[in-house]
Amino acid sequence: MFVLVVGGGKVGYYLTRELSESGHEVVLMEKDRGRADQIADEIGSIVVAKDGCEGSALADAGANRADVVAAVTGDDEDNLVICQMAKHHFAVPKTIARVNNPKNEPLFKHLGVDELISPTRMILGSIEQDIPVHELLHLAPLSHEFELVEAQLTVESPAVGRTLLQLQLPSGCSVVALVRDEIAQAVGPDTVFRAGDKVIAAGRAECEPALHGMLIGALPVA
Amino acid sequence: MKAVIVGCGRVGGFLASALDATGHDVIIIDLLTRAFDRLPATFGGEAVRADGTDEEALRRAGADGADFFLALTEGDNRNIMAAQLAREAFGIGTVYAKVNDPMRAQAYAELGIGTVCRTTMMVDALLGAMKLPSGSEPSVRPGADHDHAPIGTAAATGHGEA
Repeated sequence: MFVLVVGGGKVGYYLTRELSESGHEVVLMEKDRGRADQIADEIGSIVVAKDGCEGSALADAGANRADVVAAVTGDDEDNLVICQMAKHHFAVPKTIARVNNPKNEPLFKHLGVDELISPTRMILGSIEQDIPVHELLHLAPLSHEFELVEAQLTVESPAVGRTLLQLQLPSGCSVVALVRDEIAQAVGPDTVFRAGDKVIAAGRAECEPALHGMLIGALPVA
Repeated sequence: MKAVIVGCGRVGGFLASALDATGHDVIIIDLLTRAFDRLPATFGGEAVRADGTDEEALRRAGADGADFFLALTEGDNRNIMAAQLAREAFGIGTVYAKVNDPMRAQAYAELGIGTVCRTTMMVDALLGAMKLPSGSEPSVRPGADHDHAPIGTAAATGHGEA
């Protein structure tokens, strides 16, 4: 497989090295001559010191016979143009763009880029997954000292199997809604909580330990 | 008519004041407030500090419903991306991007974005001034018909691979 990598930053450098080590034909384009020379010293003469956004430079690097073009510069607009030039001018079968601003993803997809890699989105996804489920998640401050929080109920939660009325929430906080099977619903005094429910509550900061105790379990002793 | 101009350099700033002076609604956008110093004191349009390649920023700046969109920053790719946002996300009919690389200018004209290429424009002007025949490359290319055919569809790629 012949892969044309555009952008000799860290991503482009390691990508080129890995591809080359696994036996693919690779050419790396890096417009900064100093950086290009430095990479060439390390991984050999597969570096073209030209701007991959320029049509003529893409042609020189062999874009017309590339199976894949991977645009991995740090600038979204450059990555978009590289992929579009590759696709529409050189008929490259597969184009991959690094997208730094996740909001650009729909536009890039719409404009025909085949694969999007968004480091921002990946890290975001990973952080969201790592938020411990047995903690209160702060959704938004409503006003000074008053916050909207979310709790994911597990089988260990004291609230499971009980109604809102039985929970006897302290004054200063209230359960606003719950999300069950992806559907948000209102909570009445006789709603019975189940494991897996996401409970949305609003309350003053000093009620948080009580809310935590009822919805998640007693706070662990540090 | 309502015109949005991205990039308040010499061309963007001068065009903004010319359009404003002839009674059009002008919104000019630049990343640097300092760039707006180029606008005359009489400028009556809106000068907004924003990133012209950011859809949300364009919306906040008031790009919705514009008749013209002109991307005139110093970066070919920024202009191309802004112009494509204008066309695809805002459905603006007349969209031009300044693209100084002649090959990219041609490629994007085929993809439906109007392009203005300063390189070929100046070369032609200088050749003309020397009374020599000008090059064959046009410096202003209207985009393919403004039917908002999304790029990537058969109609658009048919052009692109010609």
